[in-house]
Amino acid sequence: MGRTLAFLTATRGGARLHWTDWASYSYLFVGVFLMFFPVIWLVLSSFKTEADLQRYPPTFLPYQQQTIMLDGHADPLPLFQITDGEHEGKILAQLRRVGLRAQMVDPADPETRLTIDIADRAPVERFTLATENYTDLFGRFNFLLYFWNSTFITVTATLIMLLTNSMAAFALSKYQFRGRTVVLLLVIGTLMIPQTVVLVPLFLIVTELGMFNSLWGVIIPGAATPTGVFLLRQYMLTIPDEILDAARMDKASEWKIYWRIILPLSAPAIAVLAILAIMWRWNDFLWPLIVLTQSENFTLQLALNSFQGELQTQWSSLLAMTVLTLLPIAMVFMFLQKYIATGIASTGGK
Amino acid sequence: MRGQGASAPAPLSPAHIARPRGDSLALRVIAPVMRLVEIPMVACQRLLGINRLAWVFLAPNLVLFGLFAFLPVILNIAYATTGGADVLLADRPYVGVRNFALLGDCANYLDPNSCREDKFWRAVWNTTWFVTLQVGIMVGFSLLTAIILNREIRARGFFRAVFFFPVLLSPVVVALIWKWILQREGVLNAFLDWTGVGGYNWLVDADWAFGWSVFLSVWAHMGFYTLILLAGLQAIPRDVYEAATMDRASPWRVFRRITLPLLSPTMLVVLVLALIKGVQTFDEVYAFTGGGPGTATTFIIQYIYEEGFAGAPRLFGLAAAASLLVAGVLVVLTLVQLWLNRRSANG
Repeated sequence: MGRTLAFLTATRGGARLHWTDWASYSYLFVGVFLMFFPVIWLVLSSFKTEADLQRYPPTFLPYQQQTIMLDGHADPLPLFQITDGEHEGKILAQLRRVGLRAQMVDPADPETRLTIDIADRAPVERFTLATENYTDLFGRFNFLLYFWNSTFITVTATLIMLLTNSMAAFALSKYQFRGRTVVLLLVIGTLMIPQTVVLVPLFLIVTELGMFNSLWGVIIPGAATPTGVFLLRQYMLTIPDEILDAARMDKASEWKIYWRIILPLSAPAIAVLAILAIMWRWNDFLWPLIVLTQSENFTLQLALNSFQGELQTQWSSLLAMTVLTLLPIAMVFMFLQKYIATGIASTGGK
Repeated sequence: MRGQGASAPAPLSPAHIARPRGDSLALRVIAPVMRLVEIPMVACQRLLGINRLAWVFLAPNLVLFGLFAFLPVILNIAYATTGGADVLLADRPYVGVRNFALLGDCANYLDPNSCREDKFWRAVWNTTWFVTLQVGIMVGFSLLTAIILNREIRARGFFRAVFFFPVLLSPVVVALIWKWILQREGVLNAFLDWTGVGGYNWLVDADWAFGWSVFLSVWAHMGFYTLILLAGLQAIPRDVYEAATMDRASPWRVFRRITLPLLSPTMLVVLVLALIKGVQTFDEVYAFTGGGPGTATTFIIQYIYEEGFAGAPRLFGLAAAASLLVAGVLVVLTLVQLWLNRRSANG
């Protein structure tokens, strides 16, 4: 403990802590709490049973009432600790509850029925993870279908975007042709037209192309991003033209130059763009909300949103689904944190 | 969403250009497809010559841009000037500027109740308030966080990651996380009851729902702006600070006279970017409050969505007219941003 404190309070220069250092660390720890606690709370809650979720005030860890199987009873019986009266201190199993009284038996002596006032008993609970919240998702909630829809959209849209954007970036960075400036201006122009302001005509176009209520209606319009073209073009500009000339001397076709030389050399920028694209598509909400109106086409985000809007919200399933929705992105983040930070800082996209 | 309102990116400078070491796995996977495409591409190259081949490379992307970015802008105008509930433009009667007139029909613009399309003006004012508060608070906290992270701090990478990670969460997930915490029998109310302050049904109260929407959106996005501001702070040369220390300048003076002026280009970019995104706020608040209670958290994009897609009849014309107005605001903001980017790039 002392060493931890010494480690945390030491400054880089080895000097004593100034009050501003204390203030900084306090701020940061409050920040860590504010940023982390909600997610930790979500994950812990997702392992609670529906009954446990109804409890107020809530407990921090998930608990479940213990049960026991007794001969002659088909269902497991809940266990209670008796807190008052004749049987105080015993642990009894409840057969049924009638009004304010409960019929209980001692598991050691299952034949004798006892009648206990319900105020005199407290449930026996133990820390248990309600994993059925998760397993239920696969059976009752079509989770796999939504997961598949989301994955299919994300992967396909990312691939299409990488291909078209890298081709365009190649043309814009390595060729001198008439109209190049115009094209560049057009690309900048699209920066000014976010999807949010062309929803109505976009809807018409997608409908006319027969992509309404189809995953392709989300995939194809999403592939047109100016950010990707810019990012890749800036990177490709740094690749020396001599490499291309050398390849041309060797009679390589332009297409070969593109995919055998330029693509591998731009791998770092492509990786950044791929991560951004995966994030955009996985988290996409408004456009899928408009295009995908039938539940069998829902992405995870749409499914989550529609479940939470239902009158009888089953928080236990909803929370488990939320955790599974954020999990893929959390994994990507953990492994590729550095790329993501660079990517976002250099494109200003999100 | 398309990299909405994204800045013209600063160059992602390669530390070194990677030398291809054999064929990577990815390359081997795409190779068969690429070889197949090579056949028509070589034919095109023979036909067009090298420089005009550029258009072939550009074609797929330009088709996508044309179809899903430029054509919609033109069609948007067509929708905004026609009425009815039909999607097909041929079936829609021309109404001139009637949609705009309807939106603008107001006795007093400050009071939505006096407007014919009161929901639009509520959304406009909600958005205005929301953007002002959200951008102000968010940029303030991002700056504070960036300054603290720029100090000599232990575990800086960890703290930076902590502030950044909510940026990656999907809007729906963010909304559900906070809805779960803020619900009547949620953990926040349990805590408040325990301290004796007493819980509250937050999302049923218009003002609180609005306040929490601002909070939620700051929570979700501040990491992104912190990151940009931190990069800006790190770009300020160390020797400027050293010179100030030699002159025994107080920390406050150093901040006022050195940090702020040198950071101001980055600050401006961040402000404009935050404004552009703030105006388009929809997802997280929609999933969080559904725009309610009443219309307390209905913003302009939700208005467009509901007029055009959620209600019956579908008022595409009205939605398109409102879209054009939003687009006007965004175009101005984006132009400012591009201008700022160019200015800071030129020194």
